[in-house]
Amino acid sequence: MLIIKNLHAQVEGKQILKGLNLTVNAGEVHAIMGPNGAGKSSLASVLAGRENYEVTEGEVIFEGKDLLEMNPETRAREGVFLAFQYPIEIPGVSNINFLKTALGEIRAYRNLPALDAKEFLQLSREKQKLVEFDAKLVNRSLNEGFSGGEKKRNEIFQLAMLEPSLSILDETDSGLDIDALRIVSKGVNKLRSEKNAFIIITHYQRLLEYIVPDFVHVLYDGRIVKSGTKELALELEEKGYDWLKEKESATV
Amino acid sequence: MANDNEIIDNIANKEYEFGFVTDIEMDVAPAGLNEDTIRYISAKKNEPEWLLEWRLKGLQSFGKQKLPEWQNFELPAIDFQKISYYAAPKSKKKYDSLDQVDPELLATFEKLGIPLNEQKALAGVAVDVVFDSVSVATTYKEKLKELGIIFCSFGEAVREHPELVKKYVGSVVPHSDNIFAALNAAAFSDGSFVYIPKGVRCPMELSTYFRINTENTGQFERTLIIADEGSYVSYLEGCTAPMRDENQLHAAVVELIALENAEIKYSTVQNWYPGDKDGKGGIYNFVTKRGICKGANSKISWTQVETGSAITWKYPSVILQGDNTTGEFYSVAVTKNKQIADTGTKMYHIGKNSRSRIISKGISAGQGQNSYRGLVQIGSKADDARNFTQCDSLLIGDRCGAHTFPYIESKNNTAMVEHEATTSKIGEDQIFYLNQRGIDSEKAVALIINGYAKEVLNQLPMEFAVEAQKLLSITLEGSVG
Repeated sequence: MLIIKNLHAQVEGKQILKGLNLTVNAGEVHAIMGPNGAGKSSLASVLAGRENYEVTEGEVIFEGKDLLEMNPETRAREGVFLAFQYPIEIPGVSNINFLKTALGEIRAYRNLPALDAKEFLQLSREKQKLVEFDAKLVNRSLNEGFSGGEKKRNEIFQLAMLEPSLSILDETDSGLDIDALRIVSKGVNKLRSEKNAFIIITHYQRLLEYIVPDFVHVLYDGRIVKSGTKELALELEEKGYDWLKEKESATV
Repeated sequence: MANDNEIIDNIANKEYEFGFVTDIEMDVAPAGLNEDTIRYISAKKNEPEWLLEWRLKGLQSFGKQKLPEWQNFELPAIDFQKISYYAAPKSKKKYDSLDQVDPELLATFEKLGIPLNEQKALAGVAVDVVFDSVSVATTYKEKLKELGIIFCSFGEAVREHPELVKKYVGSVVPHSDNIFAALNAAAFSDGSFVYIPKGVRCPMELSTYFRINTENTGQFERTLIIADEGSYVSYLEGCTAPMRDENQLHAAVVELIALENAEIKYSTVQNWYPGDKDGKGGIYNFVTKRGICKGANSKISWTQVETGSAITWKYPSVILQGDNTTGEFYSVAVTKNKQIADTGTKMYHIGKNSRSRIISKGISAGQGQNSYRGLVQIGSKADDARNFTQCDSLLIGDRCGAHTFPYIESKNNTAMVEHEATTSKIGEDQIFYLNQRGIDSEKAVALIINGYAKEVLNQLPMEFAVEAQKLLSITLEGSVG
């Protein structure tokens, strides 16, 4: 589904990604961990097409297409979804209208007929239930006045509604209390399927107790320096990142 | 990939979408403003002597006044002697049905999407169309007549209901009020007249579309709305204009009178030609709008969506004379390219327990300059008066400007006056967030703008709100590649 080869990227002249390789297949959940400043969120931004990130080398192929050639909305319509670390507030735009617009655009791109109001509301109710999203928040202005946890849960609700093939969760667990974490994880687990894939960026092993990954990668200094299964996350929890840093500098 | 600057440039290059000229024979007065012109206009309209007298007083006031210098923009030189003060379609017959109206005129209305057809009428809209200066067709008049409601052109009101016109014209905006009001008093062409009798709730939105169509013809409408005791009316005014190279001056006067327990809701969508992207050729829209809540418990509410004109200069105001009266002002003003808007409101609290609410949303793009100017005045007898003002500015790009000039004068220490103001920018973050959900930048800007202006758009009657929302989107979207 996603093949990242030798990806180099910089922001404001500063090199952030330095030859990153990653392959994600349908049905897989990949966790990306690593110390602060390693480039985890930058990877998410580059994949989503954020403007000030400049790719200097390498390629990203998404379902056979060159992802880097596409503008952000096309990437979204192709099926790349980014759950933001800091979801943006848009005053006066109701959550539900926003989602109707977004889904409409995505369906139009895929030559699917638009949903009528009834079908859309039905879908919305179904997904609200699935990810345990508060019905009251559906009609409120997009993220405006939402608590940190509500914003994150709204990201998962949007994910459920838009049904992307590749979802990137950028530190979705940060700022969540244990109950919210459980609900968010439950939502993601229900949405997992043979057809879609997840990249979960996190600092903590805690989230991975709820969303069990197929692979765990350690991102350090712009590259993936170690990959493994879910046991790697436990090892990292125990030892921290320093042993990897030392190993890395020893090999240079 | 599209970035903010591209979006802004596209907005800046957006052409005016309603530019076309209708070719209909016109009866035009020679250019220039003097007693002869005024007499010519008055004679053309077969006006009674008292109205001619009043016009001449207006002309005198005009001669005594200077152009203001306090505004927050450079006032272009206006040669009042070069303007023609009267233009009317030559055919002046009255029509019983639309079949008798010049088909070309109807085609123009069609292009403008003016709801002059049966379906629209069934939807509850009676339209009194002012085509340049003379009312051409009035629908649903008969039905309104049954309720005793008078909805007609100003000229017709002068003929049919002189006592009402005589009593109220100039009672809220005197002929000496300001130079443009004086000009209007002297040279007003036509306009609309509404009278709602005691205790009648007008069953439909009354709607007038204005359109400027003859080259070099200043248009000076005069609107007078009287809501008698316990009555209610909602009035809509909307306009578009064809492309022009010459600047066109527009100096309308609107007077609203609400008697005891009456309510007037006045909504405007203004989309006159704003000029090309260098600001050349746009309309100057210098309007005096004022209402008076004369009787106790009366209410006047102004709602405006201003997207057009090269310069918009107006302050729809309310004099809260009666006790327990309410004045409201809801405004969205958009400026792009080199457009200028200096707009706001004045709330004069005279009666006890009077209330006012001001919600102003300015949007500036390109090199547009948007000023809010408001006055809240609490008189010494206005015990327990309350005002709430919220004044927000939204900037798109870094070459536009937003300015706020709120004035508060209170002579009563029981009054409570609140003022809130914010300035924000459409953030790249907001656009990117929407992009990431599959929404392109153009639609994203439209969504954000409509969200921002929602509080005001919600005040518009349903049908109009949809149009206004579309207009905002059309105005501010660029085709982002």
